[in-house]
Amino acid sequence: MKKMLIVFSFLAFVYACGNQSSSNASTGSETTSPATTENGNPSYDPERGAGKFTNVEVKPELDKAMAEAGLKVYDVKCGSCHKLTDEKLVGPGWKGVTTRHKPEWIMNFVTNVDEMLDKDPKAMAQLEICLVRMPNQNLTDDDARHVYEFMRKNDGVK
Amino acid sequence: MNSSKRMLTILLAAAALQWMSCKPKGASNAAAGGSAEKAYVAPGKYDEFYNFVSGGFSGQMSVYGLPSGRLFRVIPVFSVDPEKGWGYSEESKPMLMTSNGFVPWDDLHHISFSQTNGEIDGRWTFGNANNTPRVARIDNTTFRTAEIIELPNSAGNHSSPFITENSEYLVAGTRFSVPIGDNTDVPISSYKENFKGTISFISIAKEGDMDIAFQLLLPGVNFDLSRAGKGPSHGWFFFSCYNSEQANTLLEVNASQRDKDFILAVNWKKAEEYLKAGKGIKQKVRYAHNKWDEKTHTAKHEIRTEVTVLDPAILKDICYFIPCPKSPHGCDTDPTGEYIVGSGKLAAVIPVFSFTKIQKAIADKKYDGEFGGIPVINEAALHGEVQKPGLGPLHTEFDGNGNAYTSFFVSSEIVKWNVKDLKVLDRVPTYYSIGHLSIPGGDTRKPWGKYVVAYNKITKDRYLPTGPELTQSAQIFDISGDKMQLILDFPTIGEPHYAGSMPASLIKGKSVKIYKIDENKHPYVAKGEKESKVVREGNKIHVYMTSIRSHFAPDNIEGIKLGDEVYFHVTNLEQDWDVPHGFAVKGALNAELLIMPGETSTLKWVPEKTGVYPFYCTDFCSALHQEMQGYIRVSPAGSNVPLTFSLGKQGADAAEKPASK
Repeated sequence: MKKMLIVFSFLAFVYACGNQSSSNASTGSETTSPATTENGNPSYDPERGAGKFTNVEVKPELDKAMAEAGLKVYDVKCGSCHKLTDEKLVGPGWKGVTTRHKPEWIMNFVTNVDEMLDKDPKAMAQLEICLVRMPNQNLTDDDARHVYEFMRKNDGVK
Repeated sequence: MNSSKRMLTILLAAAALQWMSCKPKGASNAAAGGSAEKAYVAPGKYDEFYNFVSGGFSGQMSVYGLPSGRLFRVIPVFSVDPEKGWGYSEESKPMLMTSNGFVPWDDLHHISFSQTNGEIDGRWTFGNANNTPRVARIDNTTFRTAEIIELPNSAGNHSSPFITENSEYLVAGTRFSVPIGDNTDVPISSYKENFKGTISFISIAKEGDMDIAFQLLLPGVNFDLSRAGKGPSHGWFFFSCYNSEQANTLLEVNASQRDKDFILAVNWKKAEEYLKAGKGIKQKVRYAHNKWDEKTHTAKHEIRTEVTVLDPAILKDICYFIPCPKSPHGCDTDPTGEYIVGSGKLAAVIPVFSFTKIQKAIADKKYDGEFGGIPVINEAALHGEVQKPGLGPLHTEFDGNGNAYTSFFVSSEIVKWNVKDLKVLDRVPTYYSIGHLSIPGGDTRKPWGKYVVAYNKITKDRYLPTGPELTQSAQIFDISGDKMQLILDFPTIGEPHYAGSMPASLIKGKSVKIYKIDENKHPYVAKGEKESKVVREGNKIHVYMTSIRSHFAPDNIEGIKLGDEVYFHVTNLEQDWDVPHGFAVKGALNAELLIMPGETSTLKWVPEKTGVYPFYCTDFCSALHQEMQGYIRVSPAGSNVPLTFSLGKQGADAAEKPASK
């Protein structure tokens, strides 16, 4: 009888406090596949990814200063896991990355890693291969742009 | 999913109905029925208050959430901490240096928070070392010890580190009076002639730096606890003291002879004037000052050699003794700053002194002689006494609504009483033998009178037994209503003495998440794998190593010889919150490292046998954490194995191209 009481009181306890957490859980699942984004755009754009970058201007020729700055960021924050060839180390090699993804996608991915790994189909597919969640290396917006320019240089843009 | 959820809901609703029909019975069920939800913080939700609790003989400080009682962190302060590498890494060792050398374990009793205008401002938390007298400052953005200052001319730094309302000073009063000066080799029985107490006033600079502004030289007694004045009494400090018998043996009996001991009132503004006027005497002493540098991730230890001493027996209007019954312990000022509560631990009343009356008595020179050259104010300072409050009053906190809460060790209870009319309003038992108690902001001008937490010395039958040594405990009472209501108890680390709580909003938004790798100025940092290397300087080997999920660079090292001292300087390249890496090498006599994102930390290793030693990451970091490892080869002295290091090269390939830079 006493044991029953404990079980019941525990359940009641869970119930009493359950409303809030279950509603949270359902909001969480709603946001994973919204029909429209907050600013009213149509559904999730897998080419762009999730994050603040919606339109990155890229000139046809290489911005050498930006690429140079990007190399510095690469050496400190990226080079441990990404080779410049197509060889996979911890993460995929960078050769050809700018031909596989749009600049917005790359810059969103490197600055908004966790959300992208949780909902972007291409990022999720890559995680299944690598099995190590890419660390959020706290790149600034400029860092991200510079790294992207360095990736272009690595892909042969002059 | 929806239908199963509905089923569950129905079941739970039925359970709730069942539950409501059974009322819990008996005192031991008090926390289980009706009030437990007050302490419930749902998974993923934050607590309302941070609770910083002294670890007592553990020497550390622990951080809990209120009202949940969940333990978030143990901040290593005065003791080495294997969990965090505190006192083991080369960088943190200097923090535990004293004028006596490296002290690995001390006793932390009291907590103070920095204040502005008498309110907690959230910048720093302070703690005292009781045994080898020191005061530590904890940075509330990193929850790490940022600075430790030692106190010369001190023994048993108990009445510390209490703080003034604009963080002008922290005080540090001696529990043990000792011989001070050039000749300290005197008979113990010469206590009355040769033993002195001191109170240090530690100034706090804008950035937090602590310095001993001056010391007061006082008669040989035991200073116990203390509080600064507030509002109208700002500029004053109050200390309880016992052993006015000046006994040097069997204090249990010999220091309990007199009916009254003292509260010492200190006019520190006056002391400042004398200091400015050059009335202080400079004394040659030795004490340590240790400071952590956030940019080099390294502590610096220095010895300071001078302190200025003021003698209140000569400079008459700094100090006054106020008689207080029976070995007073707690000495607490209320939020208005008018009332000073003395708690004679052997007394059956709680005397309350009035600041206004103290001032009047001083103005009228209503003294009953002197003690050790310091005037003793007569009964005129008393506001009144709480009659029959309980047995063994220790400490008092305030709720900001005119009420005081006093802990009673002997009768094991908290008693709520009204400060003005001194009437007892409520009492609750604690389990068992309460020492300190704490209300969020309960020692300041602005308490958040929502909870009082009891810190108990004895738990006996409260928890599952764990052999002869049992946990101490904290108990949270809701005090928002007229009656105190027990809502939760939880075990604590070490022995909690004083604790402080503040609204989480004061600090949670300022919490540091990572150390920026760009700002890392450690002399042996490797900013990126490109900078990883191994350098020989005589018999010292410096390994500039990096770690990132999930490998070290380099991870193969050869060319170490017996007789070499190896320094692994490991830089964690991660720039993401909550991704520390660990480092351990087999046979190291100096434990392991734990390295925060962007930080560099050093493990010293002196191999004593030849062979190949593995090293690995000790903090689970990713799915490939078990792969985060490496080898270091140790050859005989005089061997000609060249110094090489590499990452990712296999066998012969690595041997052909030694990656020496």
